[in-house]
Amino acid sequence: MIEFRSVSKEFPDGTVAVEDFTFMLPSHKTTVLVGSSGCGKTTLLRMVNRMVEPTSGQVLIDDVDVATRDKVELRRSIGYVLQASGLLPHWRVVDNVATVPLLEGTPAAQAREEALVLMDKVGLDRSLANRYPRQLSGGQQQRVGVARALASDPNILLMDEPFGAVDPIVRADLQVELNRLQRELGKTIVFVTHDIDEAFILADQVVIFRKGGVIAQAGTPAEIMADPADEFVASFVGADKGKRDLRLQRRADDGGRTVVVDKDGRPIGVLSEHEDGQGAGART
Amino acid sequence: MTWTQNNLDLIVELTLNHVRLSVIPIVVSFLLAIPLGWLATRNSALRTLVITGGSLLYTIPSLPLFVILPLVIPTRVLDETNLIVALIIYGVALMSRSAADGFASVERPTLDASTAVGFSPAARFFRVELPLAGPVLLAGIRVVSVSTIALVSVGIIIGSANLGTLFLNGKQRGILEEVVVGIVLSLLVALVFDIIIVRLGRLLMPWTRKDGPVVVTR
Repeated sequence: MIEFRSVSKEFPDGTVAVEDFTFMLPSHKTTVLVGSSGCGKTTLLRMVNRMVEPTSGQVLIDDVDVATRDKVELRRSIGYVLQASGLLPHWRVVDNVATVPLLEGTPAAQAREEALVLMDKVGLDRSLANRYPRQLSGGQQQRVGVARALASDPNILLMDEPFGAVDPIVRADLQVELNRLQRELGKTIVFVTHDIDEAFILADQVVIFRKGGVIAQAGTPAEIMADPADEFVASFVGADKGKRDLRLQRRADDGGRTVVVDKDGRPIGVLSEHEDGQGAGART
Repeated sequence: MTWTQNNLDLIVELTLNHVRLSVIPIVVSFLLAIPLGWLATRNSALRTLVITGGSLLYTIPSLPLFVILPLVIPTRVLDETNLIVALIIYGVALMSRSAADGFASVERPTLDASTAVGFSPAARFFRVELPLAGPVLLAGIRVVSVSTIALVSVGIIIGSANLGTLFLNGKQRGILEEVVVGIVLSLLVALVFDIIIVRLGRLLMPWTRKDGPVVVTR
């Protein structure tokens, strides 16, 4: 559990990134912080591993104030995935994955062996182990970044727009993979993005920000889609332009299936025959 | 080739001395320039100091420097230490600028990511900053190497015996062969040093090698 208690951050140049922010992030769930650039979401994320120190207020992990913990030890205990992967260009893939165990003094052979297992886990072929990061595609580099973050088996994963720099097809792959991994691992994930669709795909809980780290709305994707708190949220999720308005169209000619269409009548999927326990799902 | 054959012992001795007089300043100025270059990337005042200071030092003509040094450090005028110290000063002047450029060339996001995943400041310096500054440091030390080997010859005016002795002696006695041998050997020493430095660089920085297949797959 990560808890923000009346956290504020004013940078030396006078910019107030976050003001009096209080919020709780549940364990073993994915919380996605979403908002336009400059809304303070990355600042909040970086407070968790003390890359940014709050001007006032506290950040607690399982009721322990992070300010009381040694920075280096704290950072090694938390997985961190960055936008540009942040890999060390002079280390081979396998050593990049093994970074934290190597820093902790794990024997190199053992650390590398474990790194290979992690590579399997994130869907990286072992033949890439001896490459340098520049010899990988953007998508592969991000997988290495995720594997590195998992290497110390942290409870918490911080992900700062990790899929922002890869093309849409690879991004979709990575999102599916992350959801698969999360079902298996059950980490406490804090994920920052400016892409509301990405937030809805990944999140158990979505937090939508206005400027200055002010929460516009927090809730499950379904809650936010069904009931946007105000016009800002409605416009942010695209509800105001009817992007989220879907209708059902019964196709008597095509075996009586029901098609889901958007507000312009363009079909986007077929209504599934089965109930999945959470209501009828659209199959696209 | 008669002069060469008759003076082989002298040539070998002078060459070895030239090598010894060059190696010490090259290594020492490399080691001294690293902390200076690193400091230069910390704040802009230090950067100005290191860069300007380095340029100024390098503009001091070598002859007066050899003469001034014994007044500043407790050595005799004809002491070899004067030559080595002077060469270190020139080496540091050249190298600290390269070191500053080298550390500045390390990308911010990489450093930031290293800190975020848990490198301690010392681990970050030795395992991230220093190796990534490596290619620029290597370029710098190659220049220092050539410059030092050339400057060692000037040391003959304060009594140092090295390959420069051959130019002067050959000129004074009108032995062209002796002058040519001196020049060729100086060039050879510089070439061998350069090859050794480049090989060392390739050994220590395998990620910079451009050979080996670069295959990008998804």
